[in-house]
Amino acid sequence: MIDRRIINGSKIDSELADDMTKAGIDRIRSCIQCGTCTGACPSGRRTAMRTRQLIRKALLGFREEVLSDPDLWVCTTCGTCTERCPRKIDVTEAILYLRNLACQEGYMRPEHRAVSVKLIETGHAVPIDDEKWSKMREDLGLSPLPPTVHSYPKAVKEIQHIIKKTGFDKLINYKEGKEDDKT
Amino acid sequence: MTKHRYSFFLGCVIPNRLPQIEAATRLVAPKLDIELVEMKGASCCPAPGVIKSFDKDTWLAIVARNIALAEENGLDILVLCNGCYGTLIAGVHDLKDPETRARVNKILKGTGHQIKGTVTTKHLAEVLYMDIGMEAIEETIIRPIEARCAIHVGCHLLKPSDIRPWGVVEDFTVVDELVELLGATSVDYKLKDMCCGAGGGLRSAVLDVSLDMAREKFEAMTQAKVDCLVNVCNFCHLQFDVGQVQVNKEFGTDYQIPVLYYTQLLGLAQGFTPKEMGLDRHYISVEPFLEKIGMSV
Repeated sequence: MIDRRIINGSKIDSELADDMTKAGIDRIRSCIQCGTCTGACPSGRRTAMRTRQLIRKALLGFREEVLSDPDLWVCTTCGTCTERCPRKIDVTEAILYLRNLACQEGYMRPEHRAVSVKLIETGHAVPIDDEKWSKMREDLGLSPLPPTVHSYPKAVKEIQHIIKKTGFDKLINYKEGKEDDKT
Repeated sequence: MTKHRYSFFLGCVIPNRLPQIEAATRLVAPKLDIELVEMKGASCCPAPGVIKSFDKDTWLAIVARNIALAEENGLDILVLCNGCYGTLIAGVHDLKDPETRARVNKILKGTGHQIKGTVTTKHLAEVLYMDIGMEAIEETIIRPIEARCAIHVGCHLLKPSDIRPWGVVEDFTVVDELVELLGATSVDYKLKDMCCGAGGGLRSAVLDVSLDMAREKFEAMTQAKVDCLVNVCNFCHLQFDVGQVQVNKEFGTDYQIPVLYYTQLLGLAQGFTPKEMGLDRHYISVEPFLEKIGMSV
């Protein structure tokens, strides 16, 4: 006799695959689990990340399991899986979509939150945060600050305006004036 | 009046960490009849591997603002970074949809910018190969570079291919041709097409996996006995130059592959000095490569 295996229904998000379809990953349900994505993945070659498994879990609605999986964050977004998928599924976009959901659930790495704080405060994800970079620019015959947000305080306000409107500050639980570089 | 005018998108890493690439590009451009028009107040693109991973709506609204700046210039965008290219070209593509554009313009209300969808984005490699052309580039070369180069194209120059101008993903030879035009040899090496490992937020948060990818490439390049690595993406450049020091420390290796961005190599061929190309600012010494081609810093 074989014991019945029953997956606890309350843990299943039956709408996840539909949501992904609506979000533009419209071929995800056509996945045949061939594993081409896993085979193409340069990260999967050196880690436990299995792209096929992430996609399968998403399709089955194992929401919590996928969103809390640290392997979701070892994809470099190189796009090789998307190019090679025989069912033309945008696998990389699927991973990005799941990462968005993971962030909404609070699964965000502190380093990534720190990058986001920099974007909110300066408009650059990698800003000039040390005089040595301005000095280097000057030595090379460039203006000490580039003609980006760094030279236009009004432009930084525009970025902050966008971020407030999309709620990105709330998403990362940004605390104005109370952030330090150690986040 | 110059023939080729572009909105020059700098991004973050070039102006704020690798200004030698900015300096080199600003010097070689006029020789090719390229005018780089500033995008005043441009921000982070924002980075596809990180910000797009966290919140796509925020990513799209910020890239829309950057594209709007180019529209205000009335000029297509020229970009040097594959990451910025990936974001800007996807932004241009996504914002072609009138519904998406209307939704994003609502978010932009209050910034003084609106997106119309009138400009496109071009990577440096595309501008050089398709707009300027090989012949015009060749005319500016006064000092051929005889060296064995490992070309690293980088992922987002080519992928996703459905919104790229190339028509190929594998056997892409544009950058090899641009390098060989300068008198150099593009040397084949194992895993040439593989990712540098920096993207997707790995370099910031999963450094060991990120560096392991670069390590594999360094090993293959070393076996292929190259004189230098040539890239067309500053984030790959950062990974290979700064990351090479980190790899050597982490893995106990001693890779010494000089890393050059294409405009730096082009500048040398056009007669600029290594110092003008910022080659004294690298983390892995460029000296052995310069010695090989009969120059010094």
